[in-house]
Amino acid sequence: MTSVKMTVNGKSVSGEVEGRTLLVSFLREQAGLTGTHVGCDTSQCGACLVHVNGDAVKSCTMLALEAEGAEVATIEGQANADGSLNVIQQAFQDHHGLQCGFCTPGMVMSAAALLKENPKPSETEIREYLQGNICRCTGYHNIVKAVLAASGQDVGAIAAE
Amino acid sequence: MPKDSGIGASSKRREDVRFLTGAGNYTDDINIRGQAHVYFLRSDVAHGKINGIDSSTAEAMPGVVRIFTGKDFEGIGGLPCGWQVTDRHGEVMQEPPHPVLAQGKVRHVGDPIAAVVADTAEQARDAAEAIEVDLEELPAVINMKEALKEGATKVHDDLTSNLCYDWGFVEENKGAVEEAIQNAAHVTTLELVNNRLVANPMEPRVAVGDFERGTGNSTLYTTSQNPHVIRLLMGAFVLGIPEHKLRVVAPDVGGGFGTKIFHYAEEAFCTFAAKAINRPVKWTSSRSEAFISDAHGRDHVTKIELALDADNNFTAIRTETHANMGAYLSTFAPSVPTWLHGVLMAGNYKTPNIYVNVKAVFTNTVPVDAYRGAGRPEATYQLERVIDKAARELGVDPIALRRQNFITEFPYDTPVAVTYDTGDYGATMDKLEEMADIAGFAERRKQSEAKGKLRGLGINCYIEACGIAPSNLVGQLGARAGLYESATVRVNATGGLVVMTGSHSHGQGHETAFPQVIADMIGIDESMVEIVHGDTANTPMGMGTYGSRSLAVGGSAMVRAAEKVINKAKKIAAHLMEASDADIELKDGAFSVAGTDKSVAWGDVCLAAYVPHNYPLEDIEPGLEETAFYDPSNFTYPSGAYACEVEVDPDTGKVTIERMMAADDFGNVVNPMIVSGQVHGGLAQGIGQALLENCVYDENGQLLSASYMDYAMPRAADLPNFEVDHSCATPCTHNPLGVKGCGEAGAIGSPPSVVNAVIDALNSGGKDVPHIDMPMSPARVWAAMNGAAATGHGTAEGRSLGGASS
Ligand code: FES
Ligand code: FES
Repeated sequence: MTSVKMTVNGKSVSGEVEGRTLLVSFLREQAGLTGTHVGCDTSQCGACLVHVNGDAVKSCTMLALEAEGAEVATIEGQANADGSLNVIQQAFQDHHGLQCGFCTPGMVMSAAALLKENPKPSETEIREYLQGNICRCTGYHNIVKAVLAASGQDVGAIAAE
Repeated sequence: MPKDSGIGASSKRREDVRFLTGAGNYTDDINIRGQAHVYFLRSDVAHGKINGIDSSTAEAMPGVVRIFTGKDFEGIGGLPCGWQVTDRHGEVMQEPPHPVLAQGKVRHVGDPIAAVVADTAEQARDAAEAIEVDLEELPAVINMKEALKEGATKVHDDLTSNLCYDWGFVEENKGAVEEAIQNAAHVTTLELVNNRLVANPMEPRVAVGDFERGTGNSTLYTTSQNPHVIRLLMGAFVLGIPEHKLRVVAPDVGGGFGTKIFHYAEEAFCTFAAKAINRPVKWTSSRSEAFISDAHGRDHVTKIELALDADNNFTAIRTETHANMGAYLSTFAPSVPTWLHGVLMAGNYKTPNIYVNVKAVFTNTVPVDAYRGAGRPEATYQLERVIDKAARELGVDPIALRRQNFITEFPYDTPVAVTYDTGDYGATMDKLEEMADIAGFAERRKQSEAKGKLRGLGINCYIEACGIAPSNLVGQLGARAGLYESATVRVNATGGLVVMTGSHSHGQGHETAFPQVIADMIGIDESMVEIVHGDTANTPMGMGTYGSRSLAVGGSAMVRAAEKVINKAKKIAAHLMEASDADIELKDGAFSVAGTDKSVAWGDVCLAAYVPHNYPLEDIEPGLEETAFYDPSNFTYPSGAYACEVEVDPDTGKVTIERMMAADDFGNVVNPMIVSGQVHGGLAQGIGQALLENCVYDENGQLLSASYMDYAMPRAADLPNFEVDHSCATPCTHNPLGVKGCGEAGAIGSPPSVVNAVIDALNSGGKDVPHIDMPMSPARVWAAMNGAAATGHGTAEGRSLGGASS
């Protein structure tokens, strides 16, 4: 067991982990942040996506020890200071961009990383960027619409509802 | 003006807030103090004899609490099957035992041999690697037709063969169908595969068992679509725990699509082991484990014949299907190729003679059961493909051929035992033609051709049977359960309501849509209504959510309970206003006396029910809470017309979906936003089946598509935007809301339109390709274009392996 310490959503978190402990396990089991999900074991689904030092990272592909000293952001830290949904979260609700909610934390974190990199992405750019996030419920239509809306673009051209 | 609340409004989903902030409570988020973890050691061969298990080394490893094997379950019931099919000779199906942990033999890759319980999940997994299993590999039987041959290896030694049942429907129609086919002016024949799929809800299955020594009560937290059914099956048939000593909780569930209906070994194991070791026991499936332990879907191989007269009227349909059951009978497996498939073979058409034959077969593969649509996609696919093929052979317009044969009068008794209560297939087709801009297709094709691409248009219709189902009917058909739903409506003293429903939401938005109904009935704000579901301890008996039944059956139970509440409230209101019950009206949250200006608010009546100072205590009890059980009198029959436009790259065979359109008739719609979302998700799964997804075994029974590296899940860039419409509404005639169900339509209606479109594209390029099996990968399309099996993709013989041929 080795001790590890990092900042998660602005708070310092530390714990004892094995060398093989994944960042996602550390977040879920030791930091108690169960909003980050595990949907696969081959780094394909993106349900575990968080930000590490500002970059989008699949937390199932990173060891907890590799995040020593890092700034980690998870879905739990995304809402506005007053607890209301942030722009991306609100757009997901407004445009029904989620159903069962299991892929949603990863989708929201992925969308946030995209919009940071590319504030006005086209529909094609959104679809391509989200290739690493699988959603089984929505067919992506409303997720794409939500991301477009969150970037302040008109979604009128995309079929209603 | 779109409504902004109540029935018909696109109310935003209240459950989204917790899901969007990481505050959902999924089963894997539940950790109980002192819990141990279990890891299942699973078979890596498809068929084998267990000569011995040596776990002595493993037992001594750090953290190991106890190792269980089949021996520990010898005195315990196996997993029950919930549906008994009777075959065409009047014999009941062959039903093999399905042990919790393997007894003597393993029958598919993934069959659990031993279970290691340890302090941590890692310790359990490490110890499992140290277990030595003396496993003698036996020949495996994977191909369904091989499995039925004389002398084939048997999956179950105690059964007479690998045939589960040979079902004929309707057996009495067989002769008439043969005659009609003989006398037909034209017969179109098609052999096809409905490819095996893995449901893949994004949340893998999880089970946490807990036992409370002080009370002797057991609790199971599980990723289930129907916790009450799990309580009944596991309590009564597997572990012998009476229902009052067993609580099953299915909290937030991350998608189901059918595969979380069934009762699984891991649920029974965790409940059993928690008591045995007196510690909570948790199991979290990995995705790799899910591929080899979640029930799969589809896997039918079918030959269909469509007979037409000289005027192109359909005169008969005959089908022969081989349906893969896998190694054991999963909970509802026998019903899928029979009662959920055969009874839909009339589709939207007035074909007078229909005969369906289904041979259900055991193989050394993962059990197959219901997956989104369950039987209905298989029926729709073969019917809509053979009609398209017939249109091409006869040189007639595929839309006109369908229209000519539409059922137009309702109620309509099909020759396959069901009565469609209502529908308007012409209306959805009109709508589709408008949405699809069929007139503009020729121009779009030209544009594609200018880019060197082939463009195709595929259309099809579908009908499904939802709102499952009248209990007396399904009882006759072999169901070992009733299929009603129940709800309790509890009004609190301050006027707010809690609805406890047996329906279960795992993405469908019940927490938002159900209150819309109640809000309209009473005339109060939706926020005054809360939905409670998913816990046997605080909801009445429930049958759960599958088969697009929640609103049609569960919603109807809720309406009935609310009506009882309102009737009682009217009596209280009448007392308060010194009027007669019959004169009381409820509107906009207030009771009034007809023809007067007297009124009393909803909240005041509720308060009076709980503070009965001025109350008709001699006539009615205090309190305001009612329960109703609703048993549907018929199925509901959603229907629709779908269109797909594809571009095919003739150099690579790659198919791109350019447009996907769905015109559905769901009857009345409570929340159009949610309904559209359900259709989108179904379309994605249908397109996935048509173009990407395939569950492939090799001849030794190794699952080749066992992770997201090999099983192609549809991703954002694989799919187009969808155009969906549900304005054509013929309300269901027999449930109080007039709703039909929308959850499966997209997955049922879309595969044939995609395939029809690809075939159309290839034919437009001068390639005479009658059929390509799903998934239409670039390799398959390219091969078909270049002459491989131009008269049909492979043979039915070869098709038993589904996707194994490229
Ligand atoms: S859990 Fe990390 S990518 Fe699937
Ligand atoms: S909302 Fe269920 S997987 Fe995306």
